[in-house]
Amino acid sequence: MNTKTTNVVIAGLGGQGVLKASDILADAAFRAGYDVKKSEIHGMSQRGGSVSSDVRFGREVFSPMVPPGEADYLVVLAPDQVEVNRPVLRAGGLLIAPDLIGENVLPNRRSLNVALLGALSRHLEIGESHWLDALRAHLPEKLHEANLAAFAIGRKAVKP
Amino acid sequence: MNAPERMLLSGNEAVALAARGLGIALGTGYPGTPSTEILEDFSARGGRAQWSPNEKVAMEVALGAAFGGARAIVTMKHVGLNVAADPLFTAAYTGVSGALVVVSADDPGMASSQNEQDNRRYAVAAGLPMLEPSDSQEAYDFLGWAVRISEQWHLPVILRMTTRVCHSKTIVEARPLAATAPPAPHFERDIAQRVMIPAYARPAHRRLREKLAQIATWGETAPLIRRIDGDRKLGLIASGISYEHAMEAAPGASFLKLGLTYPLPIENIRRFAAGVERCVVIEEGDPYLVEALRAADIPVEGKPEMYRFGELNVERVRRILARDVSPEPAPPRGKPPQLCVGCPHRIVFETLGKLGCIVAGDIGCYTLGVLPPFEAMDSCVCMGASIGVGLGLRHVLPEAEARKVVSVIGDSTFVHSGITGLVEMIYNPPPTGHVVLILDNGTTAMTGLQEHPGTGRTLDHRPTGRVVFENLAHALGISEVHVLENLKDAAALEELMMRLMPSGKLALVIVRRPCLLTAKRDADLAKASGT
Ligand SMILES: Cc1ncc(C[n+]2csc(CCOP(=O)(O)OP(=O)(O)O)c2C)c(N)n1
Ligand code: SF4
Repeated sequence: MNTKTTNVVIAGLGGQGVLKASDILADAAFRAGYDVKKSEIHGMSQRGGSVSSDVRFGREVFSPMVPPGEADYLVVLAPDQVEVNRPVLRAGGLLIAPDLIGENVLPNRRSLNVALLGALSRHLEIGESHWLDALRAHLPEKLHEANLAAFAIGRKAVKP
Repeated sequence: MNAPERMLLSGNEAVALAARGLGIALGTGYPGTPSTEILEDFSARGGRAQWSPNEKVAMEVALGAAFGGARAIVTMKHVGLNVAADPLFTAAYTGVSGALVVVSADDPGMASSQNEQDNRRYAVAAGLPMLEPSDSQEAYDFLGWAVRISEQWHLPVILRMTTRVCHSKTIVEARPLAATAPPAPHFERDIAQRVMIPAYARPAHRRLREKLAQIATWGETAPLIRRIDGDRKLGLIASGISYEHAMEAAPGASFLKLGLTYPLPIENIRRFAAGVERCVVIEEGDPYLVEALRAADIPVEGKPEMYRFGELNVERVRRILARDVSPEPAPPRGKPPQLCVGCPHRIVFETLGKLGCIVAGDIGCYTLGVLPPFEAMDSCVCMGASIGVGLGLRHVLPEAEARKVVSVIGDSTFVHSGITGLVEMIYNPPPTGHVVLILDNGTTAMTGLQEHPGTGRTLDHRPTGRVVFENLAHALGISEVHVLENLKDAAALEELMMRLMPSGKLALVIVRRPCLLTAKRDADLAKASGT
């Protein structure tokens, strides 16, 4: 297992499922046996403002916040939130932007958050079964099928 | 024995889980970011939780429960403790028979607040023990310690959290808590202890100071302090979330982590400081620890003044340690929140803007009426201030201006602290009259759709008694009471306002139309309950 702390920032707009995505990621990392911390500012997210959430996992994590310029991965759900959030990435860090998943690829664009997690999952040392368990645990049953499909689409969007 | 269950929980959820484990008999509070989820989660886990009209009432109800020998918890955001400060200070004198834990959730950086006051000052001012968890595990463990301290010394205890501790998720092991089995509530008469006339309050104050002295002695060696002997060149003293940032910013340094931050384990700190070459206090907000330690003649280094503002993070702690006072890069400018498309508040601010009103505003979703395209709010201070401020403006402005003043207040805010404003209006009416608008969207939307006495539903959305605002206004003797149900036509509101504002009368206009998000929430609730 990787001992260095992995830093992920997920960003978007209120209502896009940023916090749901970071919950799923944090839970998957937890299931994989890492120490995990997840942090965000919420309170007014229903009104369409910017939302971002930090997830950190590794052998032992202290601060729950990704220090500025130290994110290994930045996952962005809204095109207009890419540039504002880019400074959180470290040099050589990876941006996963919403256009990775084409306009009409998803049956429902609401599952973009999960599709981008699928793409992210290709880069992280977290077994796929942990991801699927986390997805099921954080979504109502009637949404499982659509989201598992979205996750698979996201995974396929990244070359192994 | 089985290993304790491990879970990924927010600090708020961890408090709720511990509250259940401790047999807390009653949880009270008033919603406020970042504290709101504690009671909601406590209720979801089967605990008995209720919203009060405001924090003062919540504190009093919890105090009553603790007078009755029960374990009680009361939750609020930092500014809520201002509202509840009156009972808090004297509860320190009366003490409690059961346990009373006061959760104050501070918001350094003002993610969702009107100020960033540092409530550690309240522990000192009221003379109450204070614990500060730094992650969810400690939020869980420290509630146990808070109950134990409260029961051992018969004092309310402040559990001071901050936004990052409340809302961050970290791993919690649901291990056994420090407190014993909960007591069975019963009443024992103790007049001298609970009736704070001066004759009884004078000895009560002395008793309080004696208890604090005992707690200070106990705290010197209590497991609430963690000492890490690392490099002796650098010693860091920290509590709460600052400890986490500091551990990451200065790996290898020596640490003294304080869980009990009032009263302070001064001699323990003195020994630690004497044993390191450079001793720096890492704390968010006010220089509370630095001032206390320097007053005790412990030479410590604090942070440059620029770090008093906003939250700390790993990078800022590195800068503090490097004594770096160069300007910090501006944080990314995100998109500000807006009133939802179709929000019932929109029509009101369009109208007030069009009429050129002077708007004494208040706090809630509707405060967003200050932003473009509306820009229809002229003041916002604290919950309930709209009515008093509007009246004050009406009293002194020249007549033509005075007639343009209106007070705008949300339904939850009205119940919280607007009712006394209406009483003031009846008692000291301005010569030009006044107009108060209640924006009744049937919920406390700002903090995530909580119920309140005006919705007639309990915290867990079951029917209960309802306060009907128009009936209240009639009973107070307000001559013009108007209810606009399901207002969709701006012209109707505009006409009414144009008539009322210059009328010289006292008027209450209730604009009643549900928040968009409650409709969806209620549909989900109905589905979940199978109705
Ligand atoms: C003393 C205090 N307690 C709690 C809060 C948090 N808070 C701000 S506004 C508000 C209530 C908003 O509800 P309402 O007035 O109904 O307006 P809405 O958001 O529904 O438009 C709350 C709970 C606060 N700012 N101050
Ligand atoms: S949450 Fe409700 S009250 Fe708040 S902006 Fe949206 S519709 Fe309006």
